[in-house]
Amino acid sequence: MSAASDSRTPAEAVAPPPPAAWKRALAKARSNPTTMVGALICLAILLGAVLAPWIAPHDPAEQNILDRLLPPGGDYPLGTDQFGRDILSRLLWGARISLSVSLSAIAIAMVIGGAIGMVSGYIGGRFDLITMQVMDVLLSFPSLILGLIVVALLGPDLVNLIVAIALTAIAPFARIARAPTLALKERAFVEAGRALGFSHTRILFRHILPNITSEVMVMATLWLATAVRVEASLSFIGLGVKPPTPTWGGMTRDGFENILDSAWLATLPGLAILLLVLGLNMVGDGLRDATDPKLRNE
Amino acid sequence: MSAVLEVDGLRKHFVTRKGFPRPKTVTVRAVEDVSFRIAEGEAFGLVGESGCGKSTVARALLRLTEPDAGRVLYRGEDLRTASGAALKALRRRMQIVFQDPYSSLDPRQSIGSALVEPMRVHGIAEGAAARRRAAALLEEVGLPPAALDRFPHEFSGGQRQRIGIARALTVEPELIVADEPVSALDVSVQAQVLLLLKELRQRRGLSFLFVSHDLSVVRWFCDRVAVMYLGRIVEEGPAGRVLADPMHPYARMLRDASPVPDPARRAELPRILGEIPSAANPPSGCPFHPRCVHAMEVCARILPAWTPAPGEGQGGVACHLHG
Repeated sequence: MSAASDSRTPAEAVAPPPPAAWKRALAKARSNPTTMVGALICLAILLGAVLAPWIAPHDPAEQNILDRLLPPGGDYPLGTDQFGRDILSRLLWGARISLSVSLSAIAIAMVIGGAIGMVSGYIGGRFDLITMQVMDVLLSFPSLILGLIVVALLGPDLVNLIVAIALTAIAPFARIARAPTLALKERAFVEAGRALGFSHTRILFRHILPNITSEVMVMATLWLATAVRVEASLSFIGLGVKPPTPTWGGMTRDGFENILDSAWLATLPGLAILLLVLGLNMVGDGLRDATDPKLRNE
Repeated sequence: MSAVLEVDGLRKHFVTRKGFPRPKTVTVRAVEDVSFRIAEGEAFGLVGESGCGKSTVARALLRLTEPDAGRVLYRGEDLRTASGAALKALRRRMQIVFQDPYSSLDPRQSIGSALVEPMRVHGIAEGAAARRRAAALLEEVGLPPAALDRFPHEFSGGQRQRIGIARALTVEPELIVADEPVSALDVSVQAQVLLLLKELRQRRGLSFLFVSHDLSVVRWFCDRVAVMYLGRIVEEGPAGRVLADPMHPYARMLRDASPVPDPARRAELPRILGEIPSAANPPSGCPFHPRCVHAMEVCARILPAWTPAPGEGQGGVACHLHG
């Protein structure tokens, strides 16, 4: 140890790891009340979904013909539907579908889209041009339409739903991963790596990937909200997970049949979708603002 | 003396196609025809204005951009045709130090990791041994071993440049290509880094290709120097001769433009004609003739041939005045 480091306290002598950009972003987001409210909403819904088997008062598929279309209150806190199934339990179980479908779809889209964007930006040239034009074609479809086409082609089930939603989100991830890659590959440290004999794979995964993850993660939060919406929309038009599995979109549609005399049937799942999308957008916006260099110094 | 590096007829053109519907092809002749040799343990300077192609030469030598033509021999081995393992082995022999210390280090990689990684890639050292070597390298460039666990943003520009030098040394190169290694640094820091480079050169017997636009730095550091203009070497020779008594009018102009710390010489203002022409549309004949005060009729027509300077090992010049 040199004299310079001896004069420091032991805690300082061991340099702290640099705050990764997303950690800095998290700290920044924490100071923003909107982000915190959003995070709270998301956390509550996540908790409800994870704990559904234990906290749901009823079996979500259990039909009780004598208790049809009961208004909220009593044995059924949020009422029952036309088959006498408990709405609260169905909402909790439905959150599982909503979250698991959108989370896995976005995870897939993030990995595939991110890889496409990073590699395409790094290789550049004609390859990049063609890849990005394919992505532009994908981008030109509205998410819902693209999801609809895929589910209609493959048939509605859980896996196909995830594939469909992932497909709609690949192009934006490719775009968001490509832009910083283009800037990074011009930096001297990438050239230094090449001069040192590093392989392209090593440069891509050891030096470029760590520098783009924060941007891609922020994007993922924002796209999670879109995925929730697309999943709900597909379920609403009957292309989601099949009944009797409870989904928020499916519940909203079923509730429509009795909307005049039992308004809560359609309103409550709709509200659940609204809350989750709102929460995710609030968190995503907060993270984006926190990582945006133009806003960083405010 | 045997040559470490021999460059013969190096050329690099950048071609861009612009416009729609009829794209126009623009060819930037960054490096037109460059030849030189660097002897064992020699520091060879490459000077010239911004945009004359000197950095492109440096990058093309290391194949960071692929040269279009010419031969680059490293101790007789052809760098341009090498690939795979042969290229990797050659890259170990020659390393580069970059101009901008703020972009030459990966912001997400600790200094220790940045120094150990090349050793692992080349199978030089692993684990604790590699870390010991990294710490020793840091000490050699004047940084405490505690820097190993720190990250680039915790260092100043001069310190980062030292780290960049240490990283280049991890693979034990014999030749260092220094591309404007001090021009992004404060003057006080410049001196320290230059001293470090000179010290390393002596201790390790390194050869240098030193690219710079700063004549005083080159005069102090280099044994031989080549003056580049629009992608060509216009004069080459021992640093003392070329920088004190240049033969080529352009080299003379550069010398006169470079400040000399002597109040007696203050009155002589250099004569500078015009700007460096675009490398996309170079002048005919001698590339310097539109700016040259001695321009003759022949200069606009014929590219001057290389003429050896009088005396043994005094280099040469490409100018009709001396042809």
